[in-house]
Amino acid sequence: MLQDYTYVGLMTVIALIFPIIPVALAKILSPKKPSPIKNDIYECGLETIGDSWIQFRVQYYLYALLFVVFDVETVFLFPWAVSYGVLGWFALIETFIFVAILLLGLAYAWRKGALEWV
Amino acid sequence: MDIPLLVFLALAVVTVIGALGTVLMRNIVHSALFLIVSFVGVAGIYVLLEADFLFAIQILIYVGAVATLILFGVMLTRGVRGEQPQLNNQFLPAAIMAILLFVVVLVPVILNSIWPSSTQQAPTATTALLGQELMGTYALPFEVAGVLLLIALVGAIIVAREH
Amino acid sequence: MDAINNLFPNLSAALDSLLRRFLPGTVVDIVMMLVSIVTILLLLPVVFLIMTYLERKIVARIQDRWGPNRAGPWGILQPFADMIKMFTKEDIVPAKADKIIHFLAPVIVAALPFIAFTVIPFGRGMIGRDLNIGILFIVAVTSPAAIGILMAGWGSNNKYSLLGGMRAVAQLVSYEVPMGLSILVIVMLAGSLSMQKIVEAQSGPGNLGIGWFIFAIPVGPIAFFTYFFSAVAETNRAPFDIPEGESEIVAGYHTEYTGMKFGLFQMGEYVSVFGQSCIVTTLFFGGWQGPLLPPYVWFFLKAFAVVFVFMWLRGTLPRLRVDELMGFAWKFMVPLSLANIFLTGILIRLVQIIS
Repeated sequence: MLQDYTYVGLMTVIALIFPIIPVALAKILSPKKPSPIKNDIYECGLETIGDSWIQFRVQYYLYALLFVVFDVETVFLFPWAVSYGVLGWFALIETFIFVAILLLGLAYAWRKGALEWV
Repeated sequence: MDIPLLVFLALAVVTVIGALGTVLMRNIVHSALFLIVSFVGVAGIYVLLEADFLFAIQILIYVGAVATLILFGVMLTRGVRGEQPQLNNQFLPAAIMAILLFVVVLVPVILNSIWPSSTQQAPTATTALLGQELMGTYALPFEVAGVLLLIALVGAIIVAREH
Repeated sequence: MDAINNLFPNLSAALDSLLRRFLPGTVVDIVMMLVSIVTILLLLPVVFLIMTYLERKIVARIQDRWGPNRAGPWGILQPFADMIKMFTKEDIVPAKADKIIHFLAPVIVAALPFIAFTVIPFGRGMIGRDLNIGILFIVAVTSPAAIGILMAGWGSNNKYSLLGGMRAVAQLVSYEVPMGLSILVIVMLAGSLSMQKIVEAQSGPGNLGIGWFIFAIPVGPIAFFTYFFSAVAETNRAPFDIPEGESEIVAGYHTEYTGMKFGLFQMGEYVSVFGQSCIVTTLFFGGWQGPLLPPYVWFFLKAFAVVFVFMWLRGTLPRLRVDELMGFAWKFMVPLSLANIFLTGILIRLVQIIS
């Protein structure tokens, strides 16, 4: 198994270096004429109005939070799914209870409007 | 020339650099990104322990979900070029003393403990075995974990909808 | 016949034994790994170029126009023209942007889909490494793309980019849950996470007598539906392309990217579309299995058929509104995939009891 992951490690390192080559090549081949207007921030062709803050919307945070909870649920379900062939009815019911608990959470979020895009 | 040991040292260095970066960076978004480096280092250490399932879920949950959550929190409350918090250094001497005390107590404990290690070959079908254990011996902690997730979800929704 | 079918494994075995005569064992292992990695990494940009051409032609023909036809006969040289353009455009970095983050973001977004190709089974015996956690590895490795997009949005020092990045990540993250849950159905049917085992479970004695998993009525088609549309949303393709909606938020998180860095974002998107197509063929359409033709030819035919469906959707469907998008994910896809998992569980038990 460690040999497999040596491959994965090599692949990760090379894949991370790989996109840098075209960028470096482009830096050599492309013109460099910086000017203050070019480096300005784009706002549909106008001058930037106001500070570079965005309005705090808790909605984004709630989506990420829901994602964390359901991702952990999915992760718990993976070992169950892999060994499903050898498990009995007890495992199915047990997992059903687990998922039902989290579906309660989803239903709560739905009722409280946490799933609405404001 | 023990290759796994060298790899472990490299991963440990990466993890510690990530941890140091998290604490020492002035820009909080940079701190969050160094935390991600730490997570990846730990994932590599899981690979060395032949815990491939744990490696996958470390990347999936910590880097994919938790780090995204942290970055959302940071970026939504700081804007693009938000001010950095005024880090108060007046407790620095006391902090250093506390850390030294901690190290002086902990390091001898670690060095003098007898760490049990297994000479058995690690299993290759880790996920299937985990599934069987989770459904059998650890059924109750499994359900409790579900309840814990529910509590976290409901609590966060309540707090977030406060305003 | 067998020689053509096993062409690539035989070539690599020949190279391996050739090298072993000159070099020590471990060095040969590393060299063979590098050969495999470089082959995959050179194959993918070629596929990317082909896909850019196909996309423009297919979408154009669906929209009753010609598409590129100036560069070479039928516009075949268009991808090369695009490549030359990408290399020679000036790289403009916005003032006060975080230079390192601005640079790293497209690198990460472009590199992650490549890493996922380690476990894609191109043919019988043609897989980078058949990891035990195969499909889970792919899910894990494609999830940090959200971080890359957030880095792009934040590193541009532009509030529209940041907003676009947030929306893109909210979408990405909402559709990862149904994706993972749909994969669970396939894992239950195949009994393993390993990609080669999933392909092999779709024929031969180990299967449940259903052939390709998409024919496993009723759970197969439902899982295919949830996985495919989650994959379309994950890769920010129409009709889920709010993050890139040109008329809405300029260009979202890659507004402030020019030249090759923008090219990297495009490459990341197209390579992940190809990656998702390969995963769909592996999970639902029997991977490299098929009569007569060599396995790798079947694999590419099926994968490009799925790519064609991606492009067909782009040319045909209007863009979903952002609240419709999120509602669709959380209120429809997640409960549907969860119900599907239990349906699969019950059906497998019943089949076991009957047989």
